[in-house]
Amino acid sequence: MSAGSSPKKYVKVWFLLLVLFAISVIGPAFEIRWLTLITAFGIAGVKAFVVAKEFMHLNVEKKIVSYMLGSMFLACVLFYFGVAGDVMNSKGQHWEKKVYKVEKTKASH
Amino acid sequence: MGIVQPIATRRSATGILTGKLAVWWLIGSEIVIFGGLLASYIMMRLLHGDWANEAEHTNVVIGATNTFVLLTSSLFVVLSHYWAEKGDRDKAFKYMWLTILGGALFLCFKSYEWTHEIAQGYTISKSLFWSFYYVAAGIHGLHIIGGVVIMAFISFDLKKGKNMHRAELIGLYWHFVDIVWIFLFPLLYIAK
Repeated sequence: MSAGSSPKKYVKVWFLLLVLFAISVIGPAFEIRWLTLITAFGIAGVKAFVVAKEFMHLNVEKKIVSYMLGSMFLACVLFYFGVAGDVMNSKGQHWEKKVYKVEKTKASH
Repeated sequence: MGIVQPIATRRSATGILTGKLAVWWLIGSEIVIFGGLLASYIMMRLLHGDWANEAEHTNVVIGATNTFVLLTSSLFVVLSHYWAEKGDRDKAFKYMWLTILGGALFLCFKSYEWTHEIAQGYTISKSLFWSFYYVAAGIHGLHIIGGVVIMAFISFDLKKGKNMHRAELIGLYWHFVDIVWIFLFPLLYIAK
């Protein structure tokens, strides 16, 4: 816990989180794709950052903890891009998804 | 014979007390568990545009209420940690129980929500979307239950002025559970 921590400061952070939360609920109501992406998902990232920094005190924690958590997150990103190429495509150079083939056949009938 | 402090509060080979380091490692492993699950969900969601129709049936009001409850409980647990560090046992105990109350409220809302959805036929086997929905929210719910039980044990130590550092350790875990929900909420409830 940093020296400047106080219940008043925590309440202020909580209030900020509530404002961000309200934006993340109201923004997608306009049903504009880019606005939804920014308000719902972008702000989720900001909220997570605020919680990690102010409530988990990552800002005053030893840097090794941030590196450790960051490397775990990086593993997930690698996982995503490692398999996305296969999962997101219906066919490749020497393969085609059987499910996709069946759906295509059904659609043509 | 003098009181021997637990190793978690004495040893810090890395400059971080052992107990706290263990919790950071736990959170690191949880990032991979939830990160893998959410990455799979995002991938499938991008692949199946029709999942938006399924997501229409999730209850945004309850999802939003639970977000508010968890954010507030995060405030309470950090206040419990603050008062534990100041040595105020009563306030640390009180805020720990307010956090527990937040966790219990979350579970009550979730139970109501699931009961309603299952009664309407949106079960875990209805479609891949609902499988993801119940698995992700279910694993998160289990973490809430675990956190609530651990906090209940820790709270009585706080009351006695024993192992006060544990308020911080459970706090770190609880904030992480909150962060997971911060991402689950838009993914399962908002993105229609």
